[in-house]
Amino acid sequence: MKLSIVNYGAGNIKSIQFAFQRLGYEAILTDNPEEIKTSDKVIFPGVGEASSAMIKLQQSGLDQLIPTLKQPVLGICLGMQLMCKHSEEGDTKGLGIFDVNVKQFSNQVKVPQMGWNTISNLKSDLFKGIKEKEHMYLVHSYYAEQCEASIATSDYELEYASALENGNFYGVQFHPEKSSKAGEQLLKNFIEL
Amino acid sequence: MLTKRIVPCLDIKNGRTVKGVNFVDLRDAGDPVVLAKQYADLGADELVFLDIAATLENRKTMHDMVLKVAEQVNIPFTVGGGISSIEDVDNLLHCGADKVSINSSAVKRPELINELSEKFGSQCVVVAIDAKEVDGEWLVHLAGGTIPTELNLFDWAKEVEQRGAGEILFTSMNHDGTKAGFANEALAKLSDLVNIPIIASGGAGTIQHFVDTFKDGKADAALAASVFHFGEIPILELKEELRIKGIPVRL
Repeated sequence: MKLSIVNYGAGNIKSIQFAFQRLGYEAILTDNPEEIKTSDKVIFPGVGEASSAMIKLQQSGLDQLIPTLKQPVLGICLGMQLMCKHSEEGDTKGLGIFDVNVKQFSNQVKVPQMGWNTISNLKSDLFKGIKEKEHMYLVHSYYAEQCEASIATSDYELEYASALENGNFYGVQFHPEKSSKAGEQLLKNFIEL
Repeated sequence: MLTKRIVPCLDIKNGRTVKGVNFVDLRDAGDPVVLAKQYADLGADELVFLDIAATLENRKTMHDMVLKVAEQVNIPFTVGGGISSIEDVDNLLHCGADKVSINSSAVKRPELINELSEKFGSQCVVVAIDAKEVDGEWLVHLAGGTIPTELNLFDWAKEVEQRGAGEILFTSMNHDGTKAGFANEALAKLSDLVNIPIIASGGAGTIQHFVDTFKDGKADAALAASVFHFGEIPILELKEELRIKGIPVRL
């Protein structure tokens, strides 16, 4: 199993590497297109601000590579948001893998949403063995709207898509690497896809 | 629904937990990594590690500890104590910390909050505020509550939010160590004033205190140390009681 984590200088990727290590898999951090292309599974992480993360992707040409990948790809947090069509954060054009826009929570709720929220309406092999209303850890100020690609929803101000799927591409708004046993199960499921 | 968080806090000195810990049979109750794992398994939602020595010499020890915690613990954690520069934060995040908490250094140089949130994102910048109510006014204190400033708690909270803090950890020096309940009036006022999450700290003694701080104090999370370390309040029992009282928790 060759597992790679796309390294483009966006956020705390060590935690993801450690989470796989706890499951018994070694994940490599790489920005090398050949390494990424020849991996069995690819993790596309991200923490921080959307427009500057997108610039980093463009500088390394990874914005062109990622949409062409054929193996299972899992976007996490900002990674998932960058795989969408557009984000209100920094008016950023995304990779367009998921046909959905990313919007900002209003000031009717505390922003960022920080902590453990439930996920519902689960419909993907990614959630095998994970029960409806399981808790996952989230930290985010922007959300993907409810859409056809949605494979999980959460409620914060409104119902939004907390996980997405399109073909071999998957995205989760929450941090499975920080979501205790349920998160570990999800990472295990991804490996076994 | 977003749940309320229960956050045990561990005081660290030279890579070891300081206050005695006595809540389960542990081989080494002084090892923060063993303890952190135990807390994660027992249902803690998040952890805070506070480096109370925070000298230059033991910084390396702290980094090693953070690295080990990140390696073995599957819930988020915050590291605080002696953090005063972008480089400090960069190092801790690289070791796997999810968030850092800054206190005195933010009061001394408020621009630090802007710099950190711009570079690393608001989500990892926690501003800890220690305050004491003196003659009816809540004043920010430094150095563990020993040095008073002229800063008003509420003015400072608003300012740290505007500068890009992602969360506020508010400790009432009037309540800390009393086990008589949290500073719910001030907490509720803070929660209405700013639009970022508030962690209540100082005063936890009973399960009812947690119920009160989530209901009356409108806190998003509650932090405590000794009531957890000495097993006075088992976390699972606490969360079950909170759920019965209608407070959303992760169980």
